[in-house]
Amino acid sequence: MEHLDYQDGNALAGPLSEIFTFDVTVAQGTCAGCGRRGALAELRVYGPEPGLVARCPGCEEVVLTFVRGPKDAWLDLRGSVSLRIPITE
Amino acid sequence: MGIISRAFQGRPRDHDEKLPPGQYLVHDFPVLSAGPTPRVPLDRWEFAIDTPEGEVHRWSWEEFQALPQETPTVDLHCVTKWSKFGTEWKGVSLDVLMEDVESAAEYALAYSHGGYTTNLPLEDLLDGKAWIVYEFDGEELAPAHGGPARLLVPHLYLWKSAKWVKGIRLLNEDWPGFWETAGYHNYGDPWREQRYQGD
Ligand SMILES: [Zn+2]
Repeated sequence: MEHLDYQDGNALAGPLSEIFTFDVTVAQGTCAGCGRRGALAELRVYGPEPGLVARCPGCEEVVLTFVRGPKDAWLDLRGSVSLRIPITE
Repeated sequence: MGIISRAFQGRPRDHDEKLPPGQYLVHDFPVLSAGPTPRVPLDRWEFAIDTPEGEVHRWSWEEFQALPQETPTVDLHCVTKWSKFGTEWKGVSLDVLMEDVESAAEYALAYSHGGYTTNLPLEDLLDGKAWIVYEFDGEELAPAHGGPARLLVPHLYLWKSAKWVKGIRLLNEDWPGFWETAGYHNYGDPWREQRYQGD
């Protein structure tokens, strides 16, 4: 049996909490590759080194990447049409 | 200035000199992945070089094996800070593959099965600096390490040595690849510690 070489999208929660004030894993994303909608927690996350690469579970295209350097972080939303973020008042 | 000179600290100088700044030495071969590992059957494997002038050169696995082979022994430097010395490979020099390619292009983009890309100046692929390799340590290259064949450009950080390489596109303008657009340095020289954009 082949072991999974990725984690689920909850692996994004810690690293991205440094940038966002909301829990990114509950945000709903739309994949630019296939149009699939779902919570970021459903993404397949590769890494963490050299960077986090989150792929769509539907088409395996890259939805986002996150690279954390010592002075800067880079969030690339290359494969994401939109993020729907629940706002609590 | 320290009161103990460098010579008295008993440091292995030759290792120091082979280790770029910020790197440490490993003896295993770590695997980093940005996606699922592609499985490429040899009867469908092909390597291509294309130019902005419209030339395309292709090699099947058999044609590729019939080319003159080299067995480079090189040090590897990964941007995640590990280095591995004296790795032994077998493959074909890019000088051989580029022999009949006529182009004024100055840039190259390597692209792979699975969608990975990485860019470098064409001159960094020439003059004995780069190979397409398919054996590591006397055995066929494992899929986790980029088999059946990967690019090997040991003078740059290892992300430039694209695994599962499918072809090289020659370009008139630089076209940043997967990690180069995601925060990593466009060139990636380990000796100048060019890890991230702006380094
Ligand atoms: Zn998708």
